Amino acid sequence: MNKGDDINNADGINNLNSGDDICIDIKDLKVHFPVRGGLVGKISGWTKAVDGVSFRVMRGEVFAVVGESGCGKTTTAQAVMGLIPPTGGSIHLSLGDYKDKPVTWADMRSAANRKKLRRQMQIVFQDPYSSLNPRMSVRTILEEPLIIHKLGSKKEREARIAELLDQVGLSPAYLDRYPHEFSGGQRQRVGIARALATSPEFVVADEPVSALDVSIQAQIINLLQDLQQRYRQTMLFISHDLAVVRHIANRIAVMYQGRIMEMGANEQIFASPAHPYTELLLRSVPTVGSAAAPRRQEVDGDRDAPGGDLGGCAFYPRCPRRSERCRQETPPLEDLGGNRLAACFCR
Amino acid sequence: MPCLTCTDLRVSFSIQKKTAHAVRGVSFGLDDRKTLGIVGESGCGKSVTALSVMRLVPVPPARIESGSMIFEGADLLAIPEKQMCGVRGRRISMIFQDPMTSLNPVFTCGGQVAESLLLHKGMGKAEAAEFCERLFAEVGIAEPKRVYAAYPHNLSGGMRQRVMIAMALACSPRLLIADEPTTALDVTVQARLLELLKELQDTKDMSMILITHNLGIVAGMAHDVIVMYAGEVMEAAPSKELFDAPRHPYTDCLLKTIPSIEKRSERLTVIPGTVPTPLEIPEGCPFHPRCPRVTDRCRKEHPPLHAVSGNHQVRCHHYE
Repeated sequence: MNKGDDINNADGINNLNSGDDICIDIKDLKVHFPVRGGLVGKISGWTKAVDGVSFRVMRGEVFAVVGESGCGKTTTAQAVMGLIPPTGGSIHLSLGDYKDKPVTWADMRSAANRKKLRRQMQIVFQDPYSSLNPRMSVRTILEEPLIIHKLGSKKEREARIAELLDQVGLSPAYLDRYPHEFSGGQRQRVGIARALATSPEFVVADEPVSALDVSIQAQIINLLQDLQQRYRQTMLFISHDLAVVRHIANRIAVMYQGRIMEMGANEQIFASPAHPYTELLLRSVPTVGSAAAPRRQEVDGDRDAPGGDLGGCAFYPRCPRRSERCRQETPPLEDLGGNRLAACFCR
Repeated sequence: MPCLTCTDLRVSFSIQKKTAHAVRGVSFGLDDRKTLGIVGESGCGKSVTALSVMRLVPVPPARIESGSMIFEGADLLAIPEKQMCGVRGRRISMIFQDPMTSLNPVFTCGGQVAESLLLHKGMGKAEAAEFCERLFAEVGIAEPKRVYAAYPHNLSGGMRQRVMIAMALACSPRLLIADEPTTALDVTVQARLLELLKELQDTKDMSMILITHNLGIVAGMAHDVIVMYAGEVMEAAPSKELFDAPRHPYTDCLLKTIPSIEKRSERLTVIPGTVPTPLEIPEGCPFHPRCPRVTDRCRKEHPPLHAVSGNHQVRCHHYE
């Protein structure tokens, strides 16, 4: 894929809403991890976890990144959060004090500045069992971000914690309990309250419901949706479950092996998927009633099968509509008009 | 022909001098080559029910208070442990939920699968290895030789779950119990594995108990379904009937909470509250604190299982 193309395409779609305010601007992001082998740990190759991803998240929208595990969606989020340095490309953040002059993590040399930015961006983790410190009470868990960011006096913090618990629908009686005393759904509520503690402008939700029961999932999705709408937060929602994404996202990017395969508004993606991979994902969701299970040959391609690395389309080995051209050339992410992008020759 | 008949199973756990009633009088039957789905939220007793079939609930703290589990003419809850060892893994086998933790990290995948062949089938090492590789190919592992020698951490989640399935199928069991077999996996991998299980069931003449909290999975897989709540069967019916016309409000709620990919609704329906712990099961109908159709009668009187039609039963006062 040509680097220039990619950026132009990203500009193409996002300029349509020029009145909107860009919150996160990602251009040609690359994150490569070294693969080390042997006794001395010599670098024997590179894993391209994220390989040329561009998208913009508008202020106040829920942008979802969808894909299977290993497609680079979490790595993208970590790069946005400044938790891993990008190998290439740029991420501009317009948050807090930097609302009008976007910055990158590389610009933020001093720890104090980075902290200022971090206050505006928080994360809700996937696994509510391992993301809460078992030795901290709910009070300590929720107070910690307030102390770190020096928000309020002791008394104000106390009031803020009570408010947070109320917002996520937990009783104040739970304040002095420890994580092991809660169910998965309640723990995830604590995780959400912690992410909201500093009133961030931007929240990353990394598979926030995939570890929960279906009935509890609905509660947590509704909660996230309510809170997002009430505080007009910008949210990057990461998930492998299209049914969940359908309910919460404004726009969706479908990722596969470190690249964006398709991007567009929620309704567009679900009404008429433009990429065979999106179709596969849609078909794979188990449903009650009509939709039949995916036909075997269509899904049976193996993700580790060779072919993807030969310079062709990454989805080639699993694609039901593949052609010779797909094996040799990487399809660029093309503008289909109407805020819609897809990387496929066989449309 | 019935493959397994479970009658009035009751299992309790003693926890700090209190008794937790995890399973409270569950009965079901499973015919040969059929799939029974057991559905419910976490903590409703579905896994304990399944573990009781294998007699894998730890006694103590658990206690099987009553019930019988008739399989191939013997009551699995009564036979001596030694005899049970010949059933477990050979006639009945199990796929566990989490493929990351249920394989032993210090043995190769092949070694772990071959173990049951050496034990139950009396095969020699070389024979077991060959059989094992064939088995791997059957469950859709592309490079059986490589996987045979690989350690669990070398494999992806989907591959590990395939190894688990191969292990469960090694001795051609008559009954396969799958406890949330795909919960930890991606949707695409999940779809592939469910398809695989269906195919294997056809070719191997197995019966299957499929435990899950996802009604969507059950709809595509099971012939009959039981919906459990607080250790009891709330509704039991043939799959199609259950999904077309659920009679119990809990089944109805569960169906409505599933986010649909076909249409986008503003808000998802939720079931308020949480599953009661087995230590504090509410009086009357256990579902009454969360039920949209609750009446005074539900708060006081425990509903019996009413028969709606031939194989459709429902535990609700207002089933009509």
